[in-house]
Amino acid sequence: MDTSPPTRYTTTAITLHWLVALGILGAFSLGLYMQDLPLSPAKLKLYSYHKWAGVTIFLLVLVRLFWRATHPAPPLPLSMPVWQRRLATSMHHLLYGLAVCIPLSGWLMSSAKGFQTVWFGVLPLPDLVTKDKALGDALADVHQFLNLSMATLVTVHVTAAIRHHLHGSEAILARMLPFLRNKARP
Amino acid sequence: MTRPILAVLAGCLLTASVSAAEVGAILADKSKLTFVSKQMGVPVDGEFRKFTVNMNFDPAKPDAGRAQIDIDMASVDAGAAETNEEVTSKNWFNVKQFPKATFVSSSVKALGGNRFEVAGKLTIRDKTRDVVAPFTMTPQGPNTLFEGVFTLRRGDFGIGQGVWADFDTVANEVQIRFRLLTAAKKG
Repeated sequence: MDTSPPTRYTTTAITLHWLVALGILGAFSLGLYMQDLPLSPAKLKLYSYHKWAGVTIFLLVLVRLFWRATHPAPPLPLSMPVWQRRLATSMHHLLYGLAVCIPLSGWLMSSAKGFQTVWFGVLPLPDLVTKDKALGDALADVHQFLNLSMATLVTVHVTAAIRHHLHGSEAILARMLPFLRNKARP
Repeated sequence: MTRPILAVLAGCLLTASVSAAEVGAILADKSKLTFVSKQMGVPVDGEFRKFTVNMNFDPAKPDAGRAQIDIDMASVDAGAAETNEEVTSKNWFNVKQFPKATFVSSSVKALGGNRFEVAGKLTIRDKTRDVVAPFTMTPQGPNTLFEGVFTLRRGDFGIGQGVWADFDTVANEVQIRFRLLTAAKKG
């Protein structure tokens, strides 16, 4: 019986990771694009899609966190220096934190600006704050700052994964990319 | 009989005024004309900050009740700066050409209790349509509150043309709410 620790994430964890990654990339790009558009029906639609995507990503992240809490991640290879392993773990925690806080900040900002979030135009989310221009502007800054942080951390995260894959001796990327498994395994 | 005239003169000093017979001058800062539009299924609150009310109402003789409301369309607050700019422009209210919207009552009937119904003509832009609005009349200390809601279809008035003409982003139905507080009648 194989009692060695797993070398890759569970299929569920992998699926959730890539779904959330795609969602974030999409919602982020849409957010960048839509904000400077002149007011039009298209802009209203895009804002709604962005908000629906945000709520969906938020829920997927909650499922991910639950899954992660109940299914431990495969340990990082011992061949990696301790500082790298610590840094990688901290990075993952920060990414999870941002993935939770960014949709929350968007939801609050939307309420403060007087536009309720109605998921897929059907399910209204409560407004946790009332309309308040100053608060809305402040939350817009928070939303933007968190997103720029996310963009920076994702860049580092992706760079680190690719670097490890190309130059490291560890099959790091294969933990999250199952089709690399055979190739990457020694 | 100079008292009513004085009341009218006093009322004219306010943004909103009332030629009082059975109810007193309208309390402009405590009266509101608001609306709820739906954008992508999301209710969005709006308001007209300037309007004048000319009304005459005695609950004992509702049939004799009269009201005229003139709305300064440029005073709209549709929820955000860019929305206000859009909604006052040509495709929507076109405030340059149509600065005012007007409601003129044609009849009022009692519905029982403190409930009534006013029917009248509403003119927005160059379109005049019949509207009917139920309302309640509630004493509030020495004052009287008139409160009502009705729904209009923006398409009936040509509000939202061009790219906004279809209703899949901004719904056709717009809910209008009025809350008019009148002071106690003097004299």
